[in-house]
Amino acid sequence: MKRLFPAPWLSLALWALWLVLNLSISPGNLLLGAILGFLAPLMMAPLRPLPVRIRRPGVIIRLFFLVGRDVILSNLHVAWGILTCGTRPPRSRFVKIPLDLRDANGLAVLSMITSVTPGTVWSELALDRSILLLHVFDLDDDAQFIEHFKQAYERPLMEIFE
Amino acid sequence: MINVSELPLWVEVLVAILLLLSSLFALLGAIGLLRMKDFFQRMHPPALASTLGAWCVALASIIYFSTLKSGPVLHGWLIPILLSITVPVTTLLLARTSLFRKRMAGEDVPAEVSSRRTESGS
Repeated sequence: MKRLFPAPWLSLALWALWLVLNLSISPGNLLLGAILGFLAPLMMAPLRPLPVRIRRPGVIIRLFFLVGRDVILSNLHVAWGILTCGTRPPRSRFVKIPLDLRDANGLAVLSMITSVTPGTVWSELALDRSILLLHVFDLDDDAQFIEHFKQAYERPLMEIFE
Repeated sequence: MINVSELPLWVEVLVAILLLLSSLFALLGAIGLLRMKDFFQRMHPPALASTLGAWCVALASIIYFSTLKSGPVLHGWLIPILLSITVPVTTLLLARTSLFRKRMAGEDVPAEVSSRRTESGS
């Protein structure tokens, strides 16, 4: 079972993706989606560096909505910064964030969150994964930002992946 | 399945507002790209188009086609999801390349955050 389905969640997600894309649950599409879900993880198995172990679905859902809210707020913030940049240039700078999260998959999700949020750009991760260099569009107080970043994103990701 | 002309007014208004909002954010992203001063500042505004811009279009498409077909038509959501998976690849690549080049050129950017093992070892 483990050898046939190295990543059961990925298989299920691909199957669902196929059905949603085709907007049909006819037997033919069910079969095609199942073949995709079966073959794709097998072909990608040699590429996967680490098996994903996901826990705490409640935390995942909470993180999802928190990120959604923060992305919308950051959108408005950056939009406002663009409109007013003639009179008040945005205080852009690099911030060094000490990281406690070490799991590669968790860090991948963290990089997704920072790249999707318009106000932040993931710039560099130390080789030992202890420091993250982040470029922030408009920043008031470094310590407060780091505190929010660690509490809102890093903590839940550690609960989910570690 | 209903006819386009039978769409309720509130659906049309809502869809129109969402589409306008989305184009507003895409426009702001483009203006920001022009007005920002340096490379790293310029990496931020285009994200407006790929987040709220794309989300509003997806939501508008879901509302419009779900009312038209009298049932949930949800595959519009795949666009934001696939976008948020793929956008980091290019963003990271650009940011890393620019940092590397600016450091080589001796410009004012933070030093490497990794401590070199060979140096600390000896």
